[in-house]
Parts: sequence; structure tokens; C-alpha cells
Amino acid sequence: MKIIVCIKQVPETTNVKIDPEKGTLIREGVDSIINPFDMYAIEEGLRIKERLGEGEVIVISMGPPQADQALREAISMGADSAVLITDRKLAGSDTWATSYTLARAIEKIGDYNLILCGKQAIDGDTAQVGPGISSWLDIPQVTYVKKIREITKDKAIVERMTEEGFDVIEIPLPALFTVVKEINEPRLPSLKGKLRARKVEIPVWGVNELGLEEEKIGLDGSPTRVVKIFTPPPREKGMILEGEPQKVVDSLVEKLKDVVIR
Amino acid sequence: MIRVIKEKCTGCGLCIKVCPFSAISKTSDNKVEIDLTKCNLCSACVSVCKFSAIIIERKEEEKDLSQYKNVWVFGEQKRGVIQPVVYELLGKGRELADNLGCELWTVLLGYKIKNRAQELIHRGADKVIVVEDPLLENFLDEPYTQVLVDLIQKYKPEILLAGATTIGRALISRVAVKVHAGLTADCTGLEIDPAKKILLQTRPAFGGNIMATIITPNHRPQMATVRHKVMKEAPVDSERKGEVEVLNYNGKLNSKTKLIDMIDEVGKTVNLAEADIIVSGGRGLGKAENFKIIEELAEVLGAAVGASRAAVDAGWISYAHQVGQTGRTVCPRLYIACGISGQIQHLVGMQSSDIIVAINKDPEAPIFKVADYGIVGDLFEIVPLLTTRFREVLKK
Repeated sequence: MKIIVCIKQVPETTNVKIDPEKGTLIREGVDSIINPFDMYAIEEGLRIKERLGEGEVIVISMGPPQADQALREAISMGADSAVLITDRKLAGSDTWATSYTLARAIEKIGDYNLILCGKQAIDGDTAQVGPGISSWLDIPQVTYVKKIREITKDKAIVERMTEEGFDVIEIPLPALFTVVKEINEPRLPSLKGKLRARKVEIPVWGVNELGLEEEKIGLDGSPTRVVKIFTPPPREKGMILEGEPQKVVDSLVEKLKDVVIR
Repeated sequence: MIRVIKEKCTGCGLCIKVCPFSAISKTSDNKVEIDLTKCNLCSACVSVCKFSAIIIERKEEEKDLSQYKNVWVFGEQKRGVIQPVVYELLGKGRELADNLGCELWTVLLGYKIKNRAQELIHRGADKVIVVEDPLLENFLDEPYTQVLVDLIQKYKPEILLAGATTIGRALISRVAVKVHAGLTADCTGLEIDPAKKILLQTRPAFGGNIMATIITPNHRPQMATVRHKVMKEAPVDSERKGEVEVLNYNGKLNSKTKLIDMIDEVGKTVNLAEADIIVSGGRGLGKAENFKIIEELAEVLGAAVGASRAAVDAGWISYAHQVGQTGRTVCPRLYIACGISGQIQHLVGMQSSDIIVAINKDPEAPIFKVADYGIVGDLFEIVPLLTTRFREVLKK
């Protein structure tokens, strides 16, 4: 069972704040983390390997050279190997160009049974790269997977989270799943894993190694472009209701009456 | 590539503050420089610079896109019922189509679903393309992609909108790759650029801490998924007339995946996406049993029950209820947060709600910063009083 997990290094959002006076974005420090949803994808990859008693978990990431750190963290959790996809020419890729690049890397690895991604990254929040990859690879997919009921090398039965509950889906492998938080609880790195992560060699692939078509990558290969970035207007200052509880409640209900009655 | 025009840079440092990747720093001559190994070309610095001192250059290609016309809305249905987000898309789609002077079409995929087409026309569609097939009865990624790609290639729409739902996001991402289109996720604002007549797609990023406006200048269709509950539903006009075209793919569709079952959980109290009102509980509840008082208030208000990550992680309530960064993003008309301190990860999931009410013991809790109405007090006292009072007012 060859499992490829796609991860992204993202800025730790707890550090993103808005300057209340200037209305600009402030980032304190430069902490980067593995996108939280990708942690569930890594963990699920490891669990499938353990469940089947055989297999290989390969973690890949496309990003700046420092994304190497994220890959080492995945190794410390127990992933077998990792590949870093980095190249100046890839900067500015939108989801179309990113999914193209990752799909080519996955093809280069080859012979995979399963690809796992987090449902979305917390910086972009698009949820588009996972399905984009499976589209490039022409393999079936299930998004928002919250449980893998059964899995073999050839087939899986999974639960897809929906707005109302969940769907149960049978899917042949190779396939791609994107996973949500409910699927598991990621493990902490082991001491042995940490040692291995420090030493392991992580190959770096760029545009040449992957044989990428230049008109499909980076800023120029991306169909979308950002024309403006701005801070949303801050919410108007609210009102603190004070006083005796019954009075406070009465006054709140009075204020909300029109919203509640429809 | 990105570069700083040194002559224009005043060294004000605004770009350094907005860079989400800490890629910009001061140089010894009081200008700025960009570390290209960290830069993601997100253009936050370009937007914020008051002196136009940072520019991103790209190769421009000119393409003839004149054959693409009309605005399309993906008519998402579940169990044969058109989803409310579709009516919101038709409201916005009508406006865009009128602005461009073109037609508004809806694509409706399903099985034995023809009779629903009129509903879409009554909500503003000029034409509905209905594709009926047993494989399209419920959403399946592959045949839905297959049909939509085929229709796009055949009819060449200029704009395609879908709800940013579980189905919409999975499907449209797949379609965009196949038709080589630009796609913008989870938009909260859509308008037509008056000069260039292209779609300006505005969406939150970094959990809503920043907003980005995105265009697709050289590819068609311009595709976007749209956040539910942000756009206004199109009104019903039962006199409206339109065209219905029914297409058949007789045995040409296939799916490797099979839908075995569709399960609705706990009914009405859990569907956060559809809820107009959400009552949420957090760490302040102390234990699972105490969610009862949240549920009681929710029931009186006809609201869904939400929860903070702390409450979900403590095992007091299931993940389906979680609001926030690793849960769901919601924007109801009214959000009542009880015993939720308001960590940034929670705020990004609910701060676009119309009205926010916060009930918390700690007057310093960050939740009060986004609340329209705040009550500093004991939720075990306040919430039951609210339930009683609302029951009286609503005569339940």
C-alpha cells in the first residue's frame, strides 16, 4: 500500500492580528506550522499502514525551501519518506497551477494506491487543490472524509461528511481523499522519529526534475490573479448590557425580537 | 516577478507589516527589499503601498474570449430538492447577467427532476438545461464532472457560479482543472468591473482576517464558488417564462464510486450551514450535560446548536457542531455565543454573522470584541432566563 500525503506549511494564524488603528495585518514572529487539516491526513496515512500491517507513507509538500521543516515534522510522526517541491518559478501558483504541479510530482513517485490531503489549508481556505489533483490524475475522489470504514489495496468504504450528516461511499483505489478533523487525533512525534527526521535526506524537486510545462506553473501559469487585498471593515463597536440579569435579558430580547420573529 | 522600485519607496514599512510571510525587510538605505525565497506573490504589499513602489510583472497574453457568453448557475439538488444556495446564486446571477446584457442559465443534474426546472425560471433563470440520468440522481464526483465539462465545452459560458458547499467545492474544483478555467473559492462578493466587463470575485482569506479580490482575465468561464447565506435570494415570479432543454447521455456516463447510503444526523439541530440562528456553547459549559440549556434555547428559537473547539475536543458534543477554523464557517442572521471566550480560531468561523450576542463571565474575553450585544455574567443564570423570555415573546 503506497500512500502519498500532500501537506502545506502555513503561517500560524493565532499570530495574525489586525492593527485596530491602522487596520493592517500584523504577524508577530514567523511561526509556521503544518496546516492542521494536513495533520489528520498524515495521521490517517500512518493508521492505514498500521491497519494493513504493510505499506509506505510518503509526504510531499510544495512551497518555499523552509517547507522542509514541515516535511521533517511529518517524518518525526512516522512517515517513511518525503519530497520537497520547490522552485522560484512555482511562486504565485494558484490552485490550478498548484494541483498541476503536485499531480506531476505524484506521477513521478508513481505506483500509488491512495493520496490523502487535508480538506483545505487554513491560509487560503479554498479546498480546491485536493480535487484538482485527482482531476489531473483522472482518479476518483471523496472529499470531507470523516471515517474510513474499510480499506484494502483495491477498494475502500468511507464516510463523507455532508451538511446534513454523512454519505457512505464505496470507491476503488487508486483514489484521493480529503479528510476532516473528526477522522482521528494526530499522534505526537516519537523520540525515534525525531532523530530520524533530523538525519533523513529529503529530495528536492523543481521544475526541471518534474519536467513541468512552464506555461502551466507559477504566477504566469495561474488563471486567477489577485488584484486587491484589503482588511474587512471592522465590526461596529458593540454594546455591553449591564445590570440585574432579568432586566438585561428583557432588554436583549427586546432588541432581538425582530431578528427572531420571521 | 515582484520588485521594489527604489525611487518610489519611502521606507514607510507598511508592506513589512502586511506581509503574511515575513518576506519584506528594511535595507540600510531605508528602503525595503523582498526575500524571494519567502515571498508567495500574494500581492498584499502591492495593495497596501501608497506610493506604487512594489510591482508584480507578468507575461500578458491576449486571447479571443468573445465566443464565451452567459452566466451559469449550478443548480445543486439533494434528494430532488433544489438547495437554497441556488436561489441566492440566481439572485446574484441575474444582476451579473443584466449588467453584462446576457442570459442567465441554470444547469440542473439529477434523475426525474425535469419538473423542478420551472422553479428555477421563476427565480430568474432564462434557460434551464436539465440532464437526467440514474447516475446523476445523487451527487457523484465523476459523472457530475463529466456532464458539466461537456456542457461548458459545448455552450461556452462566460461565468459559472456554484454554492461553496460540500458538493460545490468538490465538483467545481475538478471541473476547473479539466476546462482550464480560473476558480475562486468561497466568494462573499461578486460584481462586474465596469470598464473591463470581467468578474471581480471577493473572498476572505486567512480566516477572514484579510479580503482578496480576484479576477480571471484570460480564461473562461470565470468560475467561483459562493458562500451560502451571503447573497440575497432571488424573489419568486411565477409568471416568468423561460426555456427548458432536457439532455440525455444515454449510457455514456460512468462512475467508479458508488453511493451506498445517505444518512441524516440528528435532524434539524445540526445543520449549521442552513441555520438562520445558531446558539453555541463553549468551555464555560463545564460538562456535556450542560449543553441541555443551549439546546433548550436553540429549540425555542428554531436554531441550530454550535460549539467551540474546546467543547468538541472535550467530547461534550460531536464534531458536526464545531464552528471555527477546523470546523465550519457560518454566517447566520443571529449567533449567540455562550461561555465561549472567542479564540481567533473560533472568531474566524463566525465573525461574519449579522448579529453576534456573547454571554461570558470574563469581561476581558475576546468574544466581546466582535459582539453586537454582550452580557457579562453567569451563563447558567442568563441562558435559561433568555429561553423563558423568548418563549413568552414567541408564544411557544
